[in-house]
Amino acid sequence: MSLPQHLVGFGDELRREGVAIGTSELNDAFAALGEVGWTAPGPFREALAATLAKSPDDRRVFDLVFDRYFFRAAEGAALQAGIRESEAAAEGMGGEQGDRIDYEALREQILEAIAAGDEAALRDLARLAIAAFGRQGQGSGVLGVDVQRIRRALGLKSEPGQMVKGEGSSVEYPLSRDQIRKFEQYLRRELERAQIERTQTLPAARPLNELDRALPSGPAQDLAAVHRVVMQLKRRLASQGHQARGHARHAHVDVRRTMRASLETGGVPVVLKYKPKRPRRPELYVLCDVSTSVTSASVFFLSVLHALHDSFRKMRSFVFVERISEVTDVFSRERDFKAVNEAISKDAGVADVSGYTDYGRVWREFLESVEDDLHPRATVIVLGDARTNGRDPRADIFARVSERAGRTFWLNPEPKLYWNYGDSVISAYEPYCEAYECWTTPQLETFVKALTRPMHA
Amino acid sequence: MIVPGSVDDVTSGLQAAGYLPGESTALVSYLATRLGKPVLVEGPAGVGKTELAKKLAEYLGRDLVRLQCYEGLDEAKALYEWNYRKQLLRIQTEAEDAGWQAVQDDIFGEEFLLSRPLLQAIASEEPVVLLIDEIDKTDQEFEAMLLELLSDFQISIPELGRIEAKTMPVVLLTSNNSRELTEALKRRCLYLWLDYPTPERELEIVRLHAPELPETVAARLVEVVSMVRELDLKKPPSIAESIDWARALLLLGAEDIDQQTFRETMSIIVKHRTDLDTVAERVGVRLAA
Repeated sequence: MSLPQHLVGFGDELRREGVAIGTSELNDAFAALGEVGWTAPGPFREALAATLAKSPDDRRVFDLVFDRYFFRAAEGAALQAGIRESEAAAEGMGGEQGDRIDYEALREQILEAIAAGDEAALRDLARLAIAAFGRQGQGSGVLGVDVQRIRRALGLKSEPGQMVKGEGSSVEYPLSRDQIRKFEQYLRRELERAQIERTQTLPAARPLNELDRALPSGPAQDLAAVHRVVMQLKRRLASQGHQARGHARHAHVDVRRTMRASLETGGVPVVLKYKPKRPRRPELYVLCDVSTSVTSASVFFLSVLHALHDSFRKMRSFVFVERISEVTDVFSRERDFKAVNEAISKDAGVADVSGYTDYGRVWREFLESVEDDLHPRATVIVLGDARTNGRDPRADIFARVSERAGRTFWLNPEPKLYWNYGDSVISAYEPYCEAYECWTTPQLETFVKALTRPMHA
Repeated sequence: MIVPGSVDDVTSGLQAAGYLPGESTALVSYLATRLGKPVLVEGPAGVGKTELAKKLAEYLGRDLVRLQCYEGLDEAKALYEWNYRKQLLRIQTEAEDAGWQAVQDDIFGEEFLLSRPLLQAIASEEPVVLLIDEIDKTDQEFEAMLLELLSDFQISIPELGRIEAKTMPVVLLTSNNSRELTEALKRRCLYLWLDYPTPERELEIVRLHAPELPETVAARLVEVVSMVRELDLKKPPSIAESIDWARALLLLGAEDIDQQTFRETMSIIVKHRTDLDTVAERVGVRLAA
């Protein structure tokens, strides 16, 4: 395959991963490559990134796909042409290499290369390290295991701030975790290359792991990203109301108001008064699990809650672990998300003794406190993973909740694959609610659409 | 007027102007001059997006035309406006003898056009660098209006017809990513994501702007700043603030950044009441007393 074909193929691959790439982007990419010295990997990659990936998210996907695509392309071409690296290497390096590799010297060199971040040297050294420690042909067959074994053999510890020192040498290299991880990447790639050569086939192409692009889960540093999602959500919620308003504005004549207006004209209804069709503003009851099993998701959920509070007037929020606690006041008092988060973790008083979720008790307490308020126009949303820690799910009480409320939704932060495994009992609740998996932003959008959809019942 | 011949030219040129570009920054800037495509620069506040445009203009020897965007910015402020006072005067002085037709031809001429930044950039005799700053602050309608300018480098004025660019401007748009820009706009641009620099690069930047600061203090400063950025703050310190801090330390003649100096000067890099508390609590105590 020629380079243009490869680029088009690369564009296709990106499209398959959801990056919007038009023909004009590809044209730009070709034009850009015409202007830079793209025989070096750096400029080649950057030129493509500047023309193809147009947001930080796209850039992340771009990097993953770039590595995968061009690695496969190069290996595929090598297989076709029948080039084997081991032979070529043996010819070139056989003389000086000798049979024995000086392990200490190698280790020293690797440390130096990692500290200097010298890409070309790292690649070569990774290959040497595999030859030295990898016991060729007897690898475990699992790349990750082999990588870790070689790393340990080299004495590279991935602890932050660790000084790594070659034995018998006085030089110390401060290596960060990222630097070591980078070397591991090289190891992995070289091992994969060796495997391809052994088996003479390319491994099956996998689409990007969905989990690679899941919702940001690091509690603090990714909060900004969560907020951006929620901002979009807010805008969508706002504009959807308008759509409904414009759609059927003059549907019904309000007889009472028309009659009253007709008094001015002596009882002749000159001016018709219409019933305004109000956008659906459901009364929301939101229950959010804040126990440890959903820690990463609950930060996200709490910020969703926060956003919902701005959009829905009549909304009551609860958080729960073992017991339930109403936090509506906290949300209406605090405009700042971080303050809300702190207030909830400080004085919601939801964890009792064990700190494990007790759904049965939660439903009972919830029903006790709101039973009289629930009515068919109310919507109940539960955010939680439905892991009961072996306790009775008490689906019967949940059924009573959903019976009294108009609609009941369940948002589960776990991939559907894990539902009903272990102590997850979501199937017990599913008959009484619409359950959605919600751990990526598109899934959240799907849910919001369902939530704002006018009810036909 | 300089036309760069390679990416390395851009790198050294920007360095000479006092801006240390990363690999992708230099490459995208070079592509912008060669392909004549606008560049969309995104990144957190204070990583040198606007500075890049200024220094690029300095290096290329071009004038910088800057359009600062804000909510409610409209065509009259960005593109052009008819100088109606002058038109009125003209009508008053001439209308009696000349017919309407003559006056009408007269008052819609370039003489009565007030050109705003975008028209200036297009109509300039010398090529310029056009900086459209904080494009995310405007509304989507304004973005749509920009499309004609960005793809064809021309502006349509109903009374005058089309004004095409006499020279190709280098266009930079910056955005703080506070809202998603439209696909149509992105499609017409090259994309550059500027992030906080690595500690090594930041050290170079600080040393460039405060060369008299002792090496050890500068290294310590960069280390502390990167520690502060890792915290979840309302507004993490920008590069400009690191430089300010370096200069302040220089003025104070600080030999090292200990707890005392840090507490006294940290308001230079952290500017929110709550952030100050967090930083004092989390970073301050880790410094030598």
